[in-house]
Parts: sequence; C-alpha cells; structure tokens
Amino acid sequence: MEFLSDIASLINSTLRISTPLVFAAMAGIFAERSGVIDFSLEGKMLMAAFVAAVGSYFLGNPWLGLFLAIIACVSLSMLHGFASVTYKGDQVVSCVAINILIIGLTTALAAAWFGQAGLTPTLNEDQRFLEVNLPFAKSLKDVPIIGTIYSDILSGHYIFVYLAYLTVPLVFWVVFKTSFGLRLRAVGENPSAVDTAGINVFAMRYKALAINGVLIAFAGAHLSTAVNANFFREMSAGRGYLALAAMIFGKWHPKTALVACLLFGFTDALQIRLQGVELPAIGEIPVQLIQALPYVLTVVLLAGFVGKAIAPNAIGQPYIKER
Amino acid sequence: MATVDKSKVPWWVSNLIVPLVNLTLALFVSGLFIFIAGENPYEAVKLIIYGSFGYIEGFAYTLYYTTNFIFTGLAFAVAFHCRLFNIGGEGQAYIGGLGVFLVAINFSFLPVPIVWFLAVGGAVVFGAAWAFIPAYLQATRGSHVVITTIMFNFIAASLMVFLLVDVIRDTTQMGPHTVALPKEQWFPSFEDFAALLGIKIRYSPLNISFLLAIVASVFVWFLVWKTRWGYEMRAVGHNTQAAIYAGISPYKNIIIAMCISGGLAGLLGVNEILGVHHKIVAGFPAGYGFTGIAVALMGRNHPIGIFPAAFLFGILYQGGSEVTFDMPNITRYMFVAVQGVIILFSGALENLFRPQIENFFVNRLNLKANA
Repeated sequence: MEFLSDIASLINSTLRISTPLVFAAMAGIFAERSGVIDFSLEGKMLMAAFVAAVGSYFLGNPWLGLFLAIIACVSLSMLHGFASVTYKGDQVVSCVAINILIIGLTTALAAAWFGQAGLTPTLNEDQRFLEVNLPFAKSLKDVPIIGTIYSDILSGHYIFVYLAYLTVPLVFWVVFKTSFGLRLRAVGENPSAVDTAGINVFAMRYKALAINGVLIAFAGAHLSTAVNANFFREMSAGRGYLALAAMIFGKWHPKTALVACLLFGFTDALQIRLQGVELPAIGEIPVQLIQALPYVLTVVLLAGFVGKAIAPNAIGQPYIKER
Repeated sequence: MATVDKSKVPWWVSNLIVPLVNLTLALFVSGLFIFIAGENPYEAVKLIIYGSFGYIEGFAYTLYYTTNFIFTGLAFAVAFHCRLFNIGGEGQAYIGGLGVFLVAINFSFLPVPIVWFLAVGGAVVFGAAWAFIPAYLQATRGSHVVITTIMFNFIAASLMVFLLVDVIRDTTQMGPHTVALPKEQWFPSFEDFAALLGIKIRYSPLNISFLLAIVASVFVWFLVWKTRWGYEMRAVGHNTQAAIYAGISPYKNIIIAMCISGGLAGLLGVNEILGVHHKIVAGFPAGYGFTGIAVALMGRNHPIGIFPAAFLFGILYQGGSEVTFDMPNITRYMFVAVQGVIILFSGALENLFRPQIENFFVNRLNLKANA
C-alpha cells in the first residue's frame, strides 16, 4: 500500500512539475513553427513570474497579476519580433539579450522596490492561486484504485495544471486542423510560397509570437503565484531551455512535446524523491549530482538517441521580401 | 529600409559611428531603468566614472574586470566566427579553474614559471574539454549548442559544488572552497610591481593575467585571420554548403572552434585562481562568461573591438560596484540588465539605424566629391 501511494505522489508531482514546461513548449511550438527561434522562453517565463507576483501583490488579485504577466510577455515577444522579423537581426542574439536583460531587470527591480535581495513579498491567500479540489474528491478517496487516481493524482492541483493539459489538444487543433495553423506551418517551412499566395509573412510571424507570449505568461504565473507565493531571483532555473529541448525532442509537435515534458517532470520529481535516499548497491548519491539529472537528461535527449529532429525548414532565417 | 552600396561606406562609419550610436541608445535605456529603480541616472554616471577612474586602486579593479571580459569575449567571438553560439563560457571557465588548481597543486614540486605554463595549459585543456561534448553533439547530431552549453553550465555548477563540498574541500574551514595554493605560485600582482617602483598602493586584484589577455587577443587575431584554419572556420560559419563544396569539413571545424572557445573561457580561471583567490571558491565565474557575449557582440567579434568593449564593461562593473555602495536601490543585477540592453542594441537591433546613418555619410561624401 505504501508503494502505491508513493507512486501516486510521484505521478502527482510529475503533473505539477511538468506544467510550466508544457506551457513553455506549446509557446515554443507557435514561435518555431512560424520560423522564429525562441530561446527567450526562459527570460519570458521569468518576466511573467515577476510581473504576476508584483501585480498580484499590489492589485490583490492573482488573475490581474496573470493579466499583467500576459501583457509583459506579449511585449517581450513583440520586441523579439521587432528585432528579428522586422529588423532581420540575429534571432539567437535577440533571445540571449532578452534572457540576460530579464535576469538582471527582475532581480534589480525586486531589490529596488522591496529591498530584500531579489525577493518579492509573500502573497497571502487572496493574492495567489489555490489548489482546486475536484468534485467528490473527498468522498471517492477511499474507493480502491479509482480513489487513488481521482483523489490523489488528479484532484488538488493548481488551476494552471488543468489548463496546461487542456492547452495541448487546443494547440494541436489550432496548428493542425485550422487554416491559421496551415498558414503558420507554411510560413515556417516556405515563407516565399506563402507570400506568393498573398499572405503577409511578417503578420503571421507576429501573430505566432503574440500567442507565444500569452502561453508563456501562464508558465511564469504558475511559478510565482501558485506553486510559490512570491518571486525569487532566477526562479525559472532553466525551465525555458528544458521546455525548448522537450519541444525539439517532440519534433515541434504538441503531443510528443507533451510526452517529453512529462518525462522531464518525472525526472525532476524522481530527483527530489531520491535526495538523501540510500540506493541498493550505489548508496546515497550526493544531492548536487542528483540535482543535475534533468540537465543531463536534456543533453541526452537532444543528442537525438531516439532519432534525429528535423526543424521547420525556414527556422532562424529572416524573411526578405523580393522587390 | 533604404539600401546602401556597402563598398561606398567608409570603414569608420560602420565600425565606429554605428556601434557608438547603438551604445548610446543602450545607455539611455539603462538610464531609464535606474530612474525606474528610484535613483538619479546622472548621479549614477558620475559615480561610475569616479569609481573606475577616480583613484589608482579603482582603475586597477577596472583593468582586472577587463582581463576577465577579454578572455570570455574572445571565447564567444571565436565560436561565433563559425556561427556557433557558445553561451557556455560560464561553465567552461568554472571547469578551467579546476584545471588550473589541479595542475598547480599537483606539480608544486616544479619551479614556479614552469608550473604557471602548465597551469595555463590545464585551464585551456579543461575548458576545451568541457566545450568538446556540446561541440561533438552539434557536429554529429545537430543538437543546438545554445541549449547544450547552457545545460553544461548547470551541470558544471552542480559538479563543482559537489567537488568543493565532498571531494576537494579545505576540511579545516567552513566554506565550500579548496586549500590555498603555495604562496610562491601566486601571480605577481599590480601592487607588487608598484612596490618595485617604490609606490605603495592598496590591494587590487589586478595581476599579470592582464598581459596574458593581451597575448590571447593577438593569438586569436592571428589564428582567425592569418591561418588557413581560421579561413576554413570562417568559411563554415559564413556558408556551410559552400565550405563543404570547397572540401572543408564543417564537422572538424565546429569541434576545433568550440574547443578553442572553451579553452579561452578556461583562461578566466587563471586570472581568478592564480591571480586573485589562490584557491577555488564556489561560483567564482560570477557571470563573467555571460558578459563575454555582450563584449564580443559590441566589439564586433574582433580582438581590436573586444579590447575597448571589455574595458567599457570593466568600467561598468567597477563603477557599478561604487554605485551599489552609494545607492541602496541599485544592486549589481542592474548591471546585468544593462548588459542585456547592450546585447540587444549592438547585436540584435544593430540594423535599427545602420542604413540611415550609412546613407547620411555616403550622401555627404558624394556631395563633397561632386562639389
């Protein structure tokens, strides 16, 4: 029985830990499918976390914090578009600039406004998102198997967890089943053909980046107004890069990217669980090495031991309209 | 956007005026940040200039930071000529420092100048080795170096903390650091030289690594622009397909470029370990690796540009610490944000005003020629 509840809590944490990765990977799919590289997921996630926490603290409502985070992230996406779509600057340089800028700015402003080494004040219950208990979760708790799955694994998550997993089929539908999605993919594969068909390549890329900004804002708000009750320095901790790796490993496809995100989430959940545990034959693994596990996994997955990833054809290239 | 005939643009317009305009814009935006944080940007600038030039030790600190930024700037630039974004300078420098320390402590029976040479070699080899795996994966599997090198930064940080806590820690002390190297192995410092001339100055971390940075700059210039290999590497970076057609192996060049890049980043460990701390301290690369990106992009990836760019960031760092001392609302992270803005304006948005500026000068020169 204890084994079963261990597994249940491991799956429960996997779902929770994967949530920001899922939002970020879906955001990445929109940008990259349209042909714009987005390493700046990391910076945008951090920005969203900061803005959501500060906004919610001052306005007293986490939804308003989320709304401000969306505005901030869409603005950063537009900045990325301005540099790399309109001005045809280097897309990777633009992303690196955004990431470094946001690491510095969020911490510096948190310190300037709240004076606590890059922390924002702790949010009270009204200012943050709380766990959602699904209907009948309590009464079903003692039913074997169903009770474990429904009450222990599925119920009691933050709203973002449910939203994240609902986003995946939605993204799939938009990208693969609508005419917008067809144009989006075409812009990333062969922009000049799309241009010939009378569709504005630049406008498509800006639209994709706007959706990207909205989605990534949820990831950041999840970190600072749901799982944690404040923002702290560099709290995104490489999740933007992990999500991007998951997306590449998932071949720019929502369903497979989701699987990769869950794999990362599971590794992280396992990593937390393994800290300080004596393993048979190996003994206790030093905590610093266990913490590196998700990063090592990223490198291993990116090495494409499970097949080579093929990026959208026009990715990273600014579109230059012929005259 | 207006198009300009590139051949008619004088070199000083595209390599001096345009970068200066971009830098001015970046500093203006940075001033806005300082204003938002609740301080006076004009006062901040005065403090920066006083802190970095106002007294001899302050200036020495500026040159010490410059040394670090030259190493990491050169590191980013070399890889960039092969179109590789090595943002793993931070981790490569960290591991490079491990190389310096292990060599110095294990060969301490050898005479000092020889140990120094070996230790510099250790920094290069360890830094290069840490860059090798991302390079190999990029070359053979197409795994993007931006993600793998970032991951290797995280892995290096975990590995080094593990080593410093569990393996090579100085067990007589509390903090996560190693024992100090023997005193005769320490690099001669700036105040040692000043003392020889009979001038007494207070402590600063400036040491002979500064000269090593200048040697490294000349080395990079020679390697990238004056050797066959440098030509091959730039060819791969410029147009991989054409390079393959000309019989140049992108595989080989990607790996060599990344390893040299990693080796240069590793030299930061020489400055920090032999020159300053004399032991490995947890987290000694302190973001210098990331600053190298801004330095290289501002210096247009050429050693002659990297030197003034590194010096400018030296001023920002040293002057910046003066600012954080006097202005409670400003922390050193404000200067991380400033780096981001500088990368944005001198890297990603470098075309913002370039056509207008170039047009302006070309038209003026034409008018002169016609008159």
